[in-house]
Amino acid sequence: MSAFEPTIQTAEKRAVWAWRPFALTLPALVLLAAVIGYPLLTIVLRSLSEPAWGVQNYAWFFGAPVNLAVLQRTFSISAWVTLVCVVCAYPYAYLMTAVGPRMRLILVLCVLIPFWVSGVVRTLSWVILLQDSGVINSLLRSAGFAGIRLIRTQTGVVIGMAQVLLPFMILPLYSVMKGIDLRLVQAARSLGARPSRAFLTVYLPLSLPGVYAGAIIVFILALGFYITPALLGGPRSTMLSTLVQTQVLSLLQWGRGGAMGVVLLVTTFLLLALAAPVMRSRHREAGRR
Amino acid sequence: MEMKPLTRIVLGLVCLLVAIWLVAPTLVVVPMSFNGNKSLSFPPQGFSWQWYENFVTNPEWSTSFLNSLKVASIVAVLATVLGTLAAFGLDRMKARPANLLRMLMLTPMVVPGVVLAIGIYAVYLDAQLVGTLPGFVLAHTILALPFVLIAVSANLEVFDRRLETAAASLGAGALTTFRTVTLPLILPGILSGLLFAFATSFDEIIVSLFITNPYLKTLPVQIFSSITRDADPTVAAVGTILLCATTILIGGGMLLLGRERKGRL
Repeated sequence: MSAFEPTIQTAEKRAVWAWRPFALTLPALVLLAAVIGYPLLTIVLRSLSEPAWGVQNYAWFFGAPVNLAVLQRTFSISAWVTLVCVVCAYPYAYLMTAVGPRMRLILVLCVLIPFWVSGVVRTLSWVILLQDSGVINSLLRSAGFAGIRLIRTQTGVVIGMAQVLLPFMILPLYSVMKGIDLRLVQAARSLGARPSRAFLTVYLPLSLPGVYAGAIIVFILALGFYITPALLGGPRSTMLSTLVQTQVLSLLQWGRGGAMGVVLLVTTFLLLALAAPVMRSRHREAGRR
Repeated sequence: MEMKPLTRIVLGLVCLLVAIWLVAPTLVVVPMSFNGNKSLSFPPQGFSWQWYENFVTNPEWSTSFLNSLKVASIVAVLATVLGTLAAFGLDRMKARPANLLRMLMLTPMVVPGVVLAIGIYAVYLDAQLVGTLPGFVLAHTILALPFVLIAVSANLEVFDRRLETAAASLGAGALTTFRTVTLPLILPGILSGLLFAFATSFDEIIVSLFITNPYLKTLPVQIFSSITRDADPTVAAVGTILLCATTILIGGGMLLLGRERKGRL
């Protein structure tokens, strides 16, 4: 009998210990529930209950062509931003893998420097650059060209947003490209493939997981952008976030604003859920290596 | 990968352009901050320090700057404590519940800013937290928490738990083990979490725009309202000051780190 006692004691001790890790996460979870969970729940409920219970706010949102146009524009601006980011980040991330350590440090610094200044100040910089009396138009005019309208246009919004989001594309792309075995490309070359063919059939497919990961992060972040479109865009480049803000703060239509917010939220989580398997398989491959 | 010389040149040029595109907008505030006129048009006219003077003497600017410092300092401490505790808990949990809880705690990073902002605003209106210090601190802490969690978890992943067992087997109590073995080894993660939390709060704008009122404004809110109201070059001066401060901090940190590493070798 006495021989069993220590075992029982350890088992009891283990049970206490099993609870302790959860207790450590409890303060963070409580705050999370109070400051994220409860507010989001409030918004969902208000979108379904104001002014009366039902789905009238969602019916209004999907029934008005104006709203659908904004929804469509939000998606198309995000898609353009993602495209610009992929096109610019791909050669940049590749160069990061191909150069020596000193040059790589400089390239990494160039990616990180935008984070050194506050996000609002960065958008201010874009106002200074893009406005009609701004840097780009002054340079164009002094070179003898006619000025072009950039601020308060969709092009301006895409240029500004893509610059802010580019690091989120470059970094995952670089981490995937770093792991690609270049001997595979050499093997393709030695078997007679031209450089372009070796790139298209060997290197590009191997780098695609990085493109997917970066593109999904950029697209999701772009969908929810608020500050850049508000300062660089005009009435014809309104995105969903601005519309939510107008409904709630200016028109006090909590139900309608909430419904739009829920649409944005659900879209974001759906995209994340779609992306999760791709990212997980990438993780597993990285682990195997 | 081998490349033709032409491809190499094109690649270099494209990357140079991307690098300029990334960095140049950061620097454009510097010449604008010395503008002699009250305008943000390019090129700036004349030279003056008046916008720096305005930042220091105008209470709208100096108060919002001090507010941001206050909020960000409290948030940094609070988020670091909560995040570090949570990271420890998750590290010592079974994989399945740990992954689930980790995903939950990272949600603040992916919820669209405006959705979160109207939610928090709605709750704060009821709780009378709009425009209060606790209101700002609570909202910013939850936004900063994921960064602390990621930084500390990354450090715990490479931490060798046998070191704790060794300390315990040599007779150290739980607290002594933590203080003399665990803490020094994961300190880099905690410190970078602290820094990220401070930066997140100091920089937060969307939620702040909703929960602000004339009595309590943070610096980003003041910058935003200044940009939307008029072309006041004080914002450029603030941007330049922030740029210099971060450059000194990061540069100093890198020098210190480099020296420490050399010293060890």
